[in-house]
Amino acid sequence: MLLIRCPWCGDRDEVEFRYGGQADVDYPADPERLDDTAWGNYLFVRANPLGTLTERWVHTAGCRRWFSVVRDTATNEMSPDIPSRRESR
Amino acid sequence: MTVLHRVESESGVADTATVTAERHSPLEHRVAEFERSAVHGPRGVRLAEEPFLTQLDLRMPPSGTALRAVSEELGLPVPAANRVSGDERQGLLWLGPDEWLLVAEEGRAGELLGVVRSAQQGEAGSAVDVSANRTTLRLSGPMAREVLEKVCSVDLHPRAFSTGHCAQTLLGRAVAVLWQVGREPEYRVLVRCSFANYLADLLLDAMAEFLPG
Repeated sequence: MLLIRCPWCGDRDEVEFRYGGQADVDYPADPERLDDTAWGNYLFVRANPLGTLTERWVHTAGCRRWFSVVRDTATNEMSPDIPSRRESR
Repeated sequence: MTVLHRVESESGVADTATVTAERHSPLEHRVAEFERSAVHGPRGVRLAEEPFLTQLDLRMPPSGTALRAVSEELGLPVPAANRVSGDERQGLLWLGPDEWLLVAEEGRAGELLGVVRSAQQGEAGSAVDVSANRTTLRLSGPMAREVLEKVCSVDLHPRAFSTGHCAQTLLGRAVAVLWQVGREPEYRVLVRCSFANYLADLLLDAMAEFLPG
């Protein structure tokens, strides 16, 4: 059992959560100008690093809120995604 | 159990839309089973249904004036995260950063909706009667914590979870609101009506080891 820290409810079992994929994937500013490749990249292509990745998670079986965390994909260590840290990414 | 159910109008005025109908609780057919499964004594644990509690789901900005007004009108402080303010007769449960559940005795939905909505006047927010969404199981006795720990991953040790604490979590495979109401320990488990039988099965099975013989 992995514990995931919900920013609202605290430490909870991983089965209470659902994964929302990579965070900060912005909707294209001008989607009508994208060609198929660029649109496909926006829809389907995500970072897959060995190391830290900022991700969206939702506490489905608890407060039902979405939140972002930084997870190390090698060790599964999670830390809160602090907005002040976003500037440096 | 057959009771007369009064359907109250949105404005909270009972007389304008009074309907009477037969009402059934999700676990009323299992009362005898609950009694047979009760264990008394120092390693005792008992399960019962508390049907038809009034439940109002309140959504408001956590920093707004509406929340303060509602809190004052109800005479209940705003609970911190994972906490309950008030008591069994009228309690305010924290469900999320901008969501609370007001739980009160049966038949008070109309009156309390009126109180909350008038306090929210002009502010963003909502108050919805969700009494029919969940029924309530009451698990009590010295072994109640041991029974819950078999089906729940939240730390229920008194150092982490005690009277006045609540949690929305999974009990087995069912989402439920867990609320410790007494030191014995005594818990209320608010669960969707359609999951109530499943959860009762799960808890009765977990209680079986404490049956004598």
